[in-house]
Amino acid sequence: MKNPALFKISILDDNLHFARVMIPLLFLLAGTAPINAQEGEPTGQRTTEGETVEKKFTNKEENALCLKCHANKYVRFTPEGSDQPYIFKMYSDCIIDTTKYYASNHWNFKCVDCHSSDYETYPHLAGLRFEYMATCLDCHGDDPEYAKFHFEKIQEQYEASVHFSKYSNEISCWSCHNSHYYKINARNRDQDIKMTIAYDNAICLGCHANTDNFEMIAERLNPDVTTTHEWLPNQANHFKSVRCIECHAEINDTLLVAHKILPKEQAVKKCVECHSSDSRLKASLYKYQLEEGASLVKDDMIGDAVLIGSRRSTTVNLLSNILILATVLGILGHWSLRIITRKKTKP
Amino acid sequence: MSHNLYLYPKFIRLWHFINAVMFLLLIVTGLSMQYTAPDSPLIRFDIAVKLHDIGGITVSINYLLFLMGNMVTDNGKYYRIQAKGFTTELKGQFRYYIWGIFKGEAPPYPISKDRKFNPLQKLSYVLVMYMGMPVIILTGLALFFPQVFDLLGLGSLIVADVIHVLMGIVLTMFMLIHLYFSTFGRTMFSNFKSIISGWHESSQAPG
Repeated sequence: MKNPALFKISILDDNLHFARVMIPLLFLLAGTAPINAQEGEPTGQRTTEGETVEKKFTNKEENALCLKCHANKYVRFTPEGSDQPYIFKMYSDCIIDTTKYYASNHWNFKCVDCHSSDYETYPHLAGLRFEYMATCLDCHGDDPEYAKFHFEKIQEQYEASVHFSKYSNEISCWSCHNSHYYKINARNRDQDIKMTIAYDNAICLGCHANTDNFEMIAERLNPDVTTTHEWLPNQANHFKSVRCIECHAEINDTLLVAHKILPKEQAVKKCVECHSSDSRLKASLYKYQLEEGASLVKDDMIGDAVLIGSRRSTTVNLLSNILILATVLGILGHWSLRIITRKKTKP
Repeated sequence: MSHNLYLYPKFIRLWHFINAVMFLLLIVTGLSMQYTAPDSPLIRFDIAVKLHDIGGITVSINYLLFLMGNMVTDNGKYYRIQAKGFTTELKGQFRYYIWGIFKGEAPPYPISKDRKFNPLQKLSYVLVMYMGMPVIILTGLALFFPQVFDLLGLGSLIVADVIHVLMGIVLTMFMLIHLYFSTFGRTMFSNFKSIISGWHESSQAPG
């Protein structure tokens, strides 16, 4: 086996410099704290329980051997015994955004924990393209430490979904959840719910609004989601305020995020399913907040969402009822007195 | 002896009719949306939303006509409050409603060509038309165009939503009181007839 360190692999400097400047800048603009992946310093990250844990990037040096090439768009490679460097583009699906990777839930993995150690040889063997990709259950199945995430139930629900019944060979956990960047979303209490919605919908739109990805799996034309949802009033607002799965997945009491995607004929189309006091959003999108007992929720208000028919502030309701009741009673009282006194004052 | 005054010309009656019908539509559809229930909807949600939108747009246009009409005609004079003596007039009218009316007294400020509204009517109409209506229309527009509201950075839409609901309740109260006070005519239904025919029937001599 050849040691990859023996190969003279250089990265295009301009590209690296651009990435070094732009990535922290983009995070700064997005208002999120970047993980200093380049320098490898420990960085604090909150867990779902709200604790802050220090990350020790012990695998960085080893991963850097892969990321020398896989974190860049271009690779310059000079074969042993040759003075002729080869410059080629990295296949886009093989480029890893190190910042996102080290900010993900799987940040502490070495590349070869999931990928074959044969990848340590360069040029890589062609057959490695067909290596088995572990799914969630391969690592998390029957693990008491992860019991609260109900991975087995997720698998069960996925296998009952339309994605499995139609495309079981083409779709796996990683089709929706990016293996390198997967980050806890619905349970992230620090995150604005709009970000949770955008993150979740981006997963669906990764295929349903991407012709190449959709047609690769479905082998048919990709219907335009804005056209298929033309019936939906305030379409853009709905897309921004709720997740696709609110209407397209069956609610499951055990799971925080429903995974049983239904055939389109079974999708929710009745407004009152959400726009009512018994809104299904309370069992889906706002489930975690409700479990957490946010103060506004106690008042039966849902976050900062304006959801006509569902949001009922008990204070506003009580005030409304008092005002209307007082008016009606006042009118009835006055009217009664008029009738009584009219008889007396009539000449 | 009764006197007839032609107080409500056609365009005012038409304006009032549109406002009345649309107000009722907005109240019913508003309540239906606010208290919607999957199994027993007063009006089906999507239909209630559409009707509420239609009612809201119509009332808004009607309100603009009111503002313009008051600028180009002399109808605006009925909504102008003269500060001097107004408090005394209000007290007099209020006293009449809580005392005098039960004693069979005559109204202190009877309707005439120059005084279409009594002081309390004038105050409530001014508050409704120049404060209540702009608030409910603007918050309604915010809910109708949430994207524009977001772009303008006017804060959380919940505030607009709660204000809209509460103002809806206040205007519903106004509507109930308005309907009740309309029974204060020469007979219980004479004021209702007036707003249809245009002729105000009064038991008082024109003042």
